[in-house]
Amino acid sequence: MEKQSNENLLSIEEMTKVFTIRHGLSSTRFMAVDHVSLALRADIPEILAVAGESGSGKSTLAYMILGLVEPTSGRLLFKNRDVTHLAARDRRAWFMKEVQPVFQDPFSAFSPLKKVESYLYETALNFGMAKGGNADLHVDNALVTVGLSLREIKGRFPNELSGGQMQRVAIARALITNPSLLVADEPVSMLDASLRMSIVNALRDLKVKHGVSVVYITHDLATAYYAADRIAIMLRGWVVELGTVQQVLGNPLHPYTQILKKSIPEPDPTKKWTEKVVLARAETEEFLQAGCKFAARCPRVMDICKQVVPADLILDGRLIKCHLYNDSASAQIQEGAAAVTSD
Amino acid sequence: MRTILETNNLKAHYITQAFGVRRNVKAVDRISLAVRENEVYGIAGESGCGKSTLLRVLLSMVTPPLTVVEGSVTYDDGVRKQNILKLPEAELRDMRWKEISYLPQGSMYVLNPVRLIRDTFRDFISAHSPMPIRDMDNLARQYLRDLGLPDKVVNSYPHQLSGGMRQRVTIALATILAPKVVLADEPTTALDVVVQRGVIQLLEEIRLRSRSTMVIVTHDMGVHANFSERVAVLYAGKLIEEADTRTIFKNPVHPYTQHLIRSLPKLDDKSERVSIPGRPPALDSLPGGCSFHPRCPYAMDICRTEIPPLEQVEDNHRAACFLLSRDR
Repeated sequence: MEKQSNENLLSIEEMTKVFTIRHGLSSTRFMAVDHVSLALRADIPEILAVAGESGSGKSTLAYMILGLVEPTSGRLLFKNRDVTHLAARDRRAWFMKEVQPVFQDPFSAFSPLKKVESYLYETALNFGMAKGGNADLHVDNALVTVGLSLREIKGRFPNELSGGQMQRVAIARALITNPSLLVADEPVSMLDASLRMSIVNALRDLKVKHGVSVVYITHDLATAYYAADRIAIMLRGWVVELGTVQQVLGNPLHPYTQILKKSIPEPDPTKKWTEKVVLARAETEEFLQAGCKFAARCPRVMDICKQVVPADLILDGRLIKCHLYNDSASAQIQEGAAAVTSD
Repeated sequence: MRTILETNNLKAHYITQAFGVRRNVKAVDRISLAVRENEVYGIAGESGCGKSTLLRVLLSMVTPPLTVVEGSVTYDDGVRKQNILKLPEAELRDMRWKEISYLPQGSMYVLNPVRLIRDTFRDFISAHSPMPIRDMDNLARQYLRDLGLPDKVVNSYPHQLSGGMRQRVTIALATILAPKVVLADEPTTALDVVVQRGVIQLLEEIRLRSRSTMVIVTHDMGVHANFSERVAVLYAGKLIEEADTRTIFKNPVHPYTQHLIRSLPKLDDKSERVSIPGRPPALDSLPGGCSFHPRCPYAMDICRTEIPPLEQVEDNHRAACFLLSRDR
C-alpha cells in the first residue's frame, strides 16, 4: 500500500464503500471499493488512470474523491487536510474549488435549454472568480486552454456543438476555479474516434502546460496508455496492479491485467485474437467470493487463491495483489512501500 | 465468390415536413456495395454518418420518415435474386431472422423484463418456424450449449443476467434459426473490453457453425481489425473507401480514412496523436462538393464544387477522392 507522505496532493487511505442489496428479508453486503489506497504527488503534476471493467468500483472511487458518495471507512486527504467528511460550508467550498469533476456524457451534464457559456459564468460567480468585472477574460482564458474561445461558443446551445466541443467546454468549466486536480470519469467513452483524441490531448496539455493533475477514470486502456503517467487497475473493488503505464501495460504481471491487455482490440489486422477468454459470472458472485476475487476466471489459479485474500506486494516498484508473486516479492515488501509513490 | 447482398446506387433519405418546411436528411447517399457469401463485411464511420440507416434499408425496414428515394437492395439466396425493397410485407416477415437476421443497436435491452428467457425463445421460434414447445426448449438449450453459454440462463429473467450475458443471449436468439446473413449494429458498443472480446468470439463461432455472412457496423476500428475481412468507410452518408481490412489499415488512400487510422492510440506508442479538426457535417445541410472538404487538409478547388466519384484504386479497393485522379 502506498504510504502517506508529506508532499501528497491527494491521498486516499484505506477507502472502503459498502453497498447493501436487499432481497426480501435478507440482504447482501458487498464492498464496491475495498480498502483502496492511492496517492498523487504534489510537486509534479501527473495523470493517474484508474481502469477496470464496469462494476470494478472505479466510478464509486471517483465519486468518493469528489465527495459525492460518503465512504464507509477510510480517509481522504487533500493537501494534507482531512476532507473525508466536509460539513462546514467554507471548507467544502475550498475543496470544490481545488477539485473539479468532468463527467461522462457532456450532453446530459448541460441543460439543452441554457446557453453553454452560462455554466462558465455561473461557476465563475459561485466561486468568486469574477471579481472586478473580469469574468469575460477569465472565462475566455479557460476556453483557450482547451482550444476553444468565448467568441466561438457565445450564445450557442448544446445541440449546436459537437460532442468533442461540449466535452472541452465541460473541461473549461472545471478549469474556471483554477483547480489543482481534475477527476474525469470516462470523459471520452461517449465520443467518436475522431474527436476522442482532442479530449485526451486536452488533458495532456493541462498537465504539461498548466500543472493540473488528473485522475482519469476509464475502461479504455489505449487512451490510458497514451495520456497517463501511472495506472491503477481495479477489479471488484480492489486495486490489483499499480505502477507506471509503461510497467503495467507494457509488461503486465497480474493475470487480470494480462487478460485486459490482450482483450483490447488493437487497430492492427496482423494482431488478431487467437485464444479464447473466460467471461465473468454475475458481479455480486465475484464480489462475495472468498480469497482472490479473480480466482474463478484466472487462467493461473492455484489452491491458495480460493481461500486466502492476496496481500499487496511490491515488485520492481509496482504494487501487485496476486499470490503468484508471493515468493519473488516477499523480500521487497518492507523497503518498497515508498517506491510506488515516488516512481 | 458469390455476391449474396448487393445495393445499387441506393439513396435513402429521412424526409420530414412541418409547417411547410421540408427537411431532407440524406442518411444513405448513392451507396453501391456488394457483400460476398460467407465474408465478414465491416461498415465503419462516426455517429450520424448513416451506417445504422444503411443496415435498416438492407433489411427493408423502411418506415416513414425514412424513404428509399432511389436504388435497389438485391438479395440472392442461391435460387433466385430479388429486390427486397419491392417484396410484400408478408414475404419479408417470412424472410427476416430465417434468411436475414438483424441485431439492433443496444440489443441487450430488447429482452422483455417480465418474461423468462425461455418464453422469449418460445415466442421467437413459434413466430418464425412453429414446432412443439418441447422441441423449442430443446433447440434453445442445445444452441446455447453449442455456443458455450450456460443453458441455465433460459430459466432466468433478463435482470438476473449481466449486460454482456444479455447481449450474448440476444445474439443467440437472433441466430438460432441459422440465418444466411446476419446484420449486426454496434454489437460490442457499451461493453467492457473482455466482454467485447467474448461477443466477437461468439459471432465468430456462429459464423463457423452456420456458415453465415456477417455485416457488422461499428465505429470501433479495433473491432474491424480483429473481425472484419473487408471494411467500408462511410462519411456523411456516402461510401468513401472500401478495401480488405489489411489495406484499409496499412494503405488507406482517402484523407478521412488516413486520419481515422492515424488518430487511434496504440499500446506501446506514446507519440502525439492529432485528432481530425472540425466535426462531421449535419446530414440535412451538407457542404457542397465533397462532404469532407471543410476538414480535409488537402482540399482543392474541385473538392468544393464537385462530388468525387467512387473509383477503383486497385483490385478490391475503391475510394472517392479527387486526389486519386490528380495523382494519376
